[in-house]
Amino acid sequence: MSAVANWLVTLAITLLGLMVVTFALAELSPADPALHLAGDKATEATYQAARKTLGLDDPLPERFVAYVGHVLTGNLGTSWSTNQPVATDIVRVFPATLELATVAIIAGALIGVALGVIAALRPRGLIDGIVRIISLIGYSVPIFWLGLLFLLLFYAKLHWTAGPGRLSDIYAYTVTPVTGFYLIDTALWGEEGSFLDTLSHLVLPASVLAIHSLASISRLTRASLLGELGKEYAVAARAKGVGEVRLMLTHLLPNVAGTVLTVIALAYATLLEGAVLTETVFGWPGLGRYMTTAIFASDMPAVLGGTLVIGVCFVIVNAITDILARIVDPRLS
Amino acid sequence: MTNLPLSVPVAPNRLSLSKFARRSPSAAIGAALVVLILLVALFAPWIAPYDPIAQDIANRLMPPSAAHWFGTDSFGRDLLSRLIYGTRPTLMLLAIVILLTTPVGIAIGIVAGFYGGMVERILMRITDIAMAFPKLVLALAFVAVLGAGLVNGALALALTAWPAYARQTRSETVSLRKSDYLAAAEMMGITGPRLLFGHVLPLVLPGAIVRMALDLGGIILIAAGLGFLGLGVRPPTPEWGAMVADGTQVIFDQWWVAATPGAAILLTSFAFNLLSDGLRDLMDPRNG
Repeated sequence: MSAVANWLVTLAITLLGLMVVTFALAELSPADPALHLAGDKATEATYQAARKTLGLDDPLPERFVAYVGHVLTGNLGTSWSTNQPVATDIVRVFPATLELATVAIIAGALIGVALGVIAALRPRGLIDGIVRIISLIGYSVPIFWLGLLFLLLFYAKLHWTAGPGRLSDIYAYTVTPVTGFYLIDTALWGEEGSFLDTLSHLVLPASVLAIHSLASISRLTRASLLGELGKEYAVAARAKGVGEVRLMLTHLLPNVAGTVLTVIALAYATLLEGAVLTETVFGWPGLGRYMTTAIFASDMPAVLGGTLVIGVCFVIVNAITDILARIVDPRLS
Repeated sequence: MTNLPLSVPVAPNRLSLSKFARRSPSAAIGAALVVLILLVALFAPWIAPYDPIAQDIANRLMPPSAAHWFGTDSFGRDLLSRLIYGTRPTLMLLAIVILLTTPVGIAIGIVAGFYGGMVERILMRITDIAMAFPKLVLALAFVAVLGAGLVNGALALALTAWPAYARQTRSETVSLRKSDYLAAAEMMGITGPRLLFGHVLPLVLPGAIVRMALDLGGIILIAAGLGFLGLGVRPPTPEWGAMVADGTQVIFDQWWVAATPGAAILLTSFAFNLLSDGLRDLMDPRNG
C-alpha cells in the first residue's frame, strides 16, 4: 500500500513541478495578457480593469495557486488566435496525435522486438551488425527531414501513398467522428473508401515515427536478451536441446518483458512529443501542429497549454509504465 | 603495474589509441568523424569555396555541378559552403549546453551521493522531476516564449539535460563512498570541497563523459528541430535545421536544397551516437 502511496506522491509532485515550469514561462514571457484582453487601443482604465480581471497584480504565490486551480478544473486559458478555450481546442486536435502515435508505436514495437530477437540470435554476426546500424540511424535521423524525403519519394515520385493531411478533400465530410480515431470511425461505419484513404495518409507519418522508436526498442531487446543468455536456466534449456529461436521466444523473452515494456512505453511518450515535428511536415491536424501554429501566431496560452498537456501525458505514461513493469516482472519491486 | 588491494575498481584501464581502435571500431570511427566535424567548423573560412551568405539570384536553385557541388539554394547561395559553416552554430550550441549542464549535474550528483540522507533525498527528488519532463516540447515552449536564438536554445536544452549527469554521478559516488581510497584520503585529513572535487570528481568524470556523448546526438536533433521550426539562430546565418525548412518549399523540384543539410544533421548525430555506443561497449562488455 505504501508503495502505491509513494507512487502517487511522486506523480503529484512531478506534475506540480511541470506546472511550476509552465507558470514560470508564462511569467517570464514578454507578452502582456492584459494588453491582449483589452486590445492595444484600450483606455488606461480598461487596461487596468483587464489586469484586475486576470489577477495580474496579485502576489506571485497567489497567482500560482490560482493557476494550479485553473489547470485542475480544466481551464487552460483562452487562445489568442482562435479565441476558443485552449482546452476545447486541444480536445478537438488531440485524437489525431493519439491515433498517429499509437499506430506508430504498435508498428515500432513489433518490428523493434523482432529485430532485437533476430540480432540476439547471432551476436556480432552480420545480421546483428545490420540491426545495429539500422538502430543507430534511427537514433540519429532528424524525423522532420526523413518525413520530407518520404513525402518526396513515396508520394511525389512513386504515388504509392497520399500526401500531407489526414484525409483527402473528397472524403472530408464523410467521416462522422465517434472516437476521433479516423481508422476506427471509418471502419465503424463501413466506409471502405475513406478508411483506405485514412490509411494511405497515415502510413508515411506513422512510418517515420515508428523508425524513430524501433531504434531504442530493438537495441534494448537485444541487450537484455543477451544479458539473460549466460544465466543457468538458459544454459539448462540449451543443454536440454531447446532450439535457439524457441529459447529466445518462450524462455528468455518473458523474463525481459518488464524491461522491454518500459522502453516501449518510454518510446510512446517520446512519440507523443516527437509528433510536433512530424505533424508540421505532414500537415497532420494534431496537437503538434496546433502548437507550432500557435508559436508562429505568438499565441502564448495555446503554446503553454499544449506544452502542459503533452508534458502531463509524458509524465503519466512514464508513471504507469513503472507500475506495469512491476506487474509484469515482480522482481523489479 | 602492481595491483593495489582496493575494494572498488577506481578507474577504467587506460587504453592506447591503437588498442582503443581495435577493441571498439565503432568508437574509433565515431571519434574520427567527430574530430573531422570539429576541424571543418574550425577551418570553415578556408574550406568553404564561397561566402555562405553571399546571394547570387541569377544562379538560384542550381542543381549540383562542378562549380557548386551541392547546388545552390533559393537565394543562389552555395549549399556546400552553407553546410560547412553550419557546423559552427551546431557545435557552439553543444558546447554551451555541455558547459551549462555538466558542472551542475556532476556537482549535484557528488553532493547527493556523498552526504546521503535528507540532502540526497531532496536533490534526487528534484532530479527525478526534471528528468520526467518532455525535452523537445519544453525546449520549444521555452524558445517560443523567451525568443529564438542560439543562447536561448542552449538554455532550453540545458534545462532538461542536467538530470542525467546528476543521477549517474550520484550512483557512482555512492559506490565510491565505501572505498578504501576515500577512507585513506579522509584519514589524511582531506575533507569538504577538496575531498569532493579533488578526489571524488576525477573518478566520476569518465562516466559523466560517456553519459554526455550519449546525449549529444539527441541534443543535435532537438536543436535542428528548433531550427527547422524557425526558432534557432537568426537568418541569414547558416543553420542546418533552418536550411531544411528553406528547402521544404522546393522539395518536389529541387530536393537537394533540403536533402543535403538533413544529411549533415544525420551524419553529425550519427557520429556522436557511434562514439557513445562504442564507449559504452568498452565500459560494459555485456552490451557487446
